Amino acid sequence: MRELKSDRQHKITFTLDGRQVSGDAEPHLLLSDFLREKLGVTSVHVGCEHGVCGTCTVHIDGKAVRACLTFAVQVGNRRVDTVESLSNNEGELNDLQSAFRKHHALQCGFCTPGILMSVEHYLRHNSDPTESDVRDMLSGHLCRCTGYVGMVRAIMETAAKRKSGI
Amino acid sequence: MSAKNTVGSYVGQAIERQEDAALLGGQALFSDDLPIAAGTLHAAILRSPHAHAEIVSIDTIAAKALPSVAAVLIGSDIQQYSDPFITVLKRPIDEWSLAVDRVRFVGEAVAVVIAEDRYKAEDALDLINVIYKPLPAVINPKEAAKENAPILYPEAGSNVLSERHFKYGDPDGAFAKSKHKVSIEIDYPRNSQTPLEGYVVVASYNKFDDAYEVNANFQGPYTVHPVMSRALRVPGSRFRMQTPAHSGGGFGVKQAIFPYVVLMCLAARHVGRPVKWVEDRLEHLTAATAAPNRIIQAEAAVQEDGRVTAFRFVQLDDYGAHLRPPMPGPLYRQHGLMTGAYDVPNLAITNRLVLTNKTPSGMVRGFGGPQIYFAIERLMHRIAIELGMDPLDVIRRNLVASDSFPYRAAGGALLDSGDYQKAIDLGVNDGGLDELKRRREKARAEGKYYGIGYAAIVEPGQSNIGYLSTIVPFKERQKAGHKGGSVSHATIHVDPMGVVSVTADCIPQGQGQATVLSQIVADQLGLKPEDIKVSLEHDTQKDPWSLATGNYSSRFSSATAVAAHLAAKKVREKLIAVAGQALNVTTDDIELTGGKIVDSKNPENFLKFHRVAGLTHWEPGKLPTGMAAGLSETASWAPPELDPPTEGDQINTSLTYGFLFDYCGVEIDPHTAEIRIDKYVTTHDSGKLLNPLIANGQIYGAFAWGVGCALLEEFAYGEDGSFLTGTFADYLCPTSVEIPEPQILHMETPTPFTPLGAKGIGEGNCMSTPVCIANAVCDAIGAENVNLPIYPAKLLPFIDREETAPPQDIALSQRQQTPDGGRAIVGEGNIFAPTDPETVWQTLLDPRHLAAIIPGCQNLEVVGENAYRADVNIAVGPIGGMFRAEISLSDLDPPKSVTLSGSLAGPLGSSAGSGKVRLTQEENGTRIDYTYSVEVSGKVAAIGGRMLDGASQVLINQFFKRLIVRLGGEPIEKPTLWARFLRLLGFNR
Repeated sequence: MRELKSDRQHKITFTLDGRQVSGDAEPHLLLSDFLREKLGVTSVHVGCEHGVCGTCTVHIDGKAVRACLTFAVQVGNRRVDTVESLSNNEGELNDLQSAFRKHHALQCGFCTPGILMSVEHYLRHNSDPTESDVRDMLSGHLCRCTGYVGMVRAIMETAAKRKSGI
Repeated sequence: MSAKNTVGSYVGQAIERQEDAALLGGQALFSDDLPIAAGTLHAAILRSPHAHAEIVSIDTIAAKALPSVAAVLIGSDIQQYSDPFITVLKRPIDEWSLAVDRVRFVGEAVAVVIAEDRYKAEDALDLINVIYKPLPAVINPKEAAKENAPILYPEAGSNVLSERHFKYGDPDGAFAKSKHKVSIEIDYPRNSQTPLEGYVVVASYNKFDDAYEVNANFQGPYTVHPVMSRALRVPGSRFRMQTPAHSGGGFGVKQAIFPYVVLMCLAARHVGRPVKWVEDRLEHLTAATAAPNRIIQAEAAVQEDGRVTAFRFVQLDDYGAHLRPPMPGPLYRQHGLMTGAYDVPNLAITNRLVLTNKTPSGMVRGFGGPQIYFAIERLMHRIAIELGMDPLDVIRRNLVASDSFPYRAAGGALLDSGDYQKAIDLGVNDGGLDELKRRREKARAEGKYYGIGYAAIVEPGQSNIGYLSTIVPFKERQKAGHKGGSVSHATIHVDPMGVVSVTADCIPQGQGQATVLSQIVADQLGLKPEDIKVSLEHDTQKDPWSLATGNYSSRFSSATAVAAHLAAKKVREKLIAVAGQALNVTTDDIELTGGKIVDSKNPENFLKFHRVAGLTHWEPGKLPTGMAAGLSETASWAPPELDPPTEGDQINTSLTYGFLFDYCGVEIDPHTAEIRIDKYVTTHDSGKLLNPLIANGQIYGAFAWGVGCALLEEFAYGEDGSFLTGTFADYLCPTSVEIPEPQILHMETPTPFTPLGAKGIGEGNCMSTPVCIANAVCDAIGAENVNLPIYPAKLLPFIDREETAPPQDIALSQRQQTPDGGRAIVGEGNIFAPTDPETVWQTLLDPRHLAAIIPGCQNLEVVGENAYRADVNIAVGPIGGMFRAEISLSDLDPPKSVTLSGSLAGPLGSSAGSGKVRLTQEENGTRIDYTYSVEVSGKVAAIGGRMLDGASQVLINQFFKRLIVRLGGEPIEKPTLWARFLRLLGFNR
């Protein structure tokens, strides 16, 4: 394991939403703060900074991870994907995002990027979930606006459509 | 203008939101995402670990010496440039943006560090040394109201700041004559909907103009704008407040940002650079705000048939440590409506307002409704039980009759419209109440605990800003000038190319106002909602605003939405006049439809919308006589029904009054007492629904929070004032597995008091759901009453089950009630020293030895006989930091026993404790028995409650082990389970 000096800046190079990026971070800098403050990735939101609310969830090498419980220096040479990777450059939302819109699965939208990233990871490994499965998975996130109803509907609909190849 | 409204098709449609794409794609900018000026500095706040203490001294030298720190401000610094906040009651209860001389709750801001970045600012907080002299704290409102209670503001003479008695009709006569008197006492807890985005303030100061500029996620009401500008000693024109288009949830809570707005303005002035502060979660849960907890004694005079002839409410509302404006709003927001959905002509109210050593109360969704409806609807349930009636029959017998609208309630509310009996019919039939009753019968036959609860409530919308003046008697109101009304604004601008832009005064917190405004304006102008660009960031220097501006009291649909409708009508009328001239037809025949302005008698004769709009810009000289050039219209809306309180203290507290009828079935696990909501039906009459998708979203959200309040959410305090729920692992928010999907039913009785007919919809279930669930739980287990949140431990005494014995040898330490009612960690132990008691005694009493024994001890100094002060570096698991320790020895009985008392104080919090040590001569040495009791407060208590028992035990064991080592022995102790396990496997350790 590489040893890092506590007061030094360490250069981190990694893939962010498909682009090679790099930046300097002290070892105690959280990935959430690094993405937001140093790289300007303001789509990663910070809700509790102790791993409960799930707002800051991103993918690291394809797995949903809390960015507030990860140090920036841990992502060197890895792949980090944020909610910005889900829509294309023409401003088209993906199927899950569109279903969230259709079913009014967001209000203030602050928790939404993290939730979308968890759901994308989950659906990749669970193509045919029951509503109870989906609710279990979603329980790793807090949303204070919606009561989760629209989210459950949107996720169930997206899972069904993806499974049937629509 | 009699032009026909030929369109109108978008209002009422479940249109997807125009806000969503940017939010879903991660491109929406929230407060913390907005660009800031280069050189902006960052603030971190030092907060009190004590619930009540005098500030003896604050030493900031070490923090200021850090190269990255620009400044450290304390109370005496901000007094130079600011004044205390104005309060609703003129009493000696000054609050400043930093504590001055005294702290009154755990989490109160004591100092602010301004540094290059937040990490460095937080590091500097640890170097500030504050000496406090703790004072007795009072947490329970009933205790605080007593004469001998510790007083938060000694100059005020009492913690009870206001007591008023109101009578409407003849309540005493009604109670004297009534066959039955039914009463209940409720104790509503502190809670908050805790938005996921915390407070954000970016402030700057222009020294040449003596003017402040702020961008903050403040949600209004703008009655607080003058409070802030007066605290800063500038006129409102020199206190510019901007709010962003996106806010990560408000729920009322983002009103209480205002003390920080002032603090950051002062910080920016002090350092001469912009300053940014972002609240973290611990700060938010500890110190942001909470709905006031309230004790209500509720009583009803009831006739034989279940008819209520009078209500009597005695309310004690707890505002925490300060009375921040617009407090005590929650105590009066419902004042005109204290009879709820019922036709009860006689009413007596006593309102008492008390301060305690808790976080100041503030605006939280529901705003007084959850508290009073918990009392009213629990009381209606009790009436049914005591009279042997069905609870729904008691509700139905007392409802305001459908032919009596508009109905003036005893307290003064003018209930605009509705048909409550019909709404209940709808709920009962379409929700399947009979089937639910069968389910209850079946479950009970199987020995299960199953109950059904009801709630029927009236949901107020758009507050009368004058209601709070009811707190002072009529004569004082006459002197000060009467207050009443509510003003809202919207502006529509059409540019030379016909592009329509809308701004308004609603300060959105995620509800989708931009979408609804686009629907309203599109309908008036014959355009599509996507043609309308709505921008709702607000700027007090550029946008119209009033005292009522903001996002609260469900005001949008009957306030801002109406203003936008009126502004759109003005634009429409102007376009029709211009088009009439251009098309050479009478204006009565003109329609706006499909992006065209058309002669309805000859559809071939039309102009495109943008052409007509363009005429107002390109050819202003040819406009009809007297018409203003350009195409910008602002409308204000102030409904006439919102009068000031009358001489008899009647007050129409809100403009619109919707109706909710809820019922639910709950099942309680006979072994664990876990509560499962089996079915929940909520029937709403919120008038015209402007966008049913968004309307249902409001209901789902309010319902979810209602479930949280019913079952999980509470800001918990120790009796000593320590705050115990500083993380989302302690303050429990409901997740997707705790919240069922409710069945929503609608009927629409438009309010006659607005042109759109819509009422408020966002707060009803915050008011109805907690009590509906509580009624169902009481029905299930036969409890007379149950206070929120209803967690299983509260129900276990009602459940008939075999108690399993706890495992033996559970833990050395445990939480216990202290004699004064506080919660403490207590424990005991013993250890063997290989020397005689006299040597142990001498070692314990020798400061040099003591310094070596106390774990992490540095710089022990003698401050008196058997009294010491030391700096102690404590690290147990994730908890670590420097503490100032005060230790004293008393009850000396050499060499047999001694009492050690002490306290610790540091950035992580404070603790106080004592221990008794007994020495007994044994063969080859001394047996040392010890007992201890420790109380902990501050950050450690707030976030580490679950770890404290273990940490205290480890530290105390360390102390005695080091004593033994000092005495030349090896610590002998019982092998741990782990050591025994290893030995079993053959590892000798």
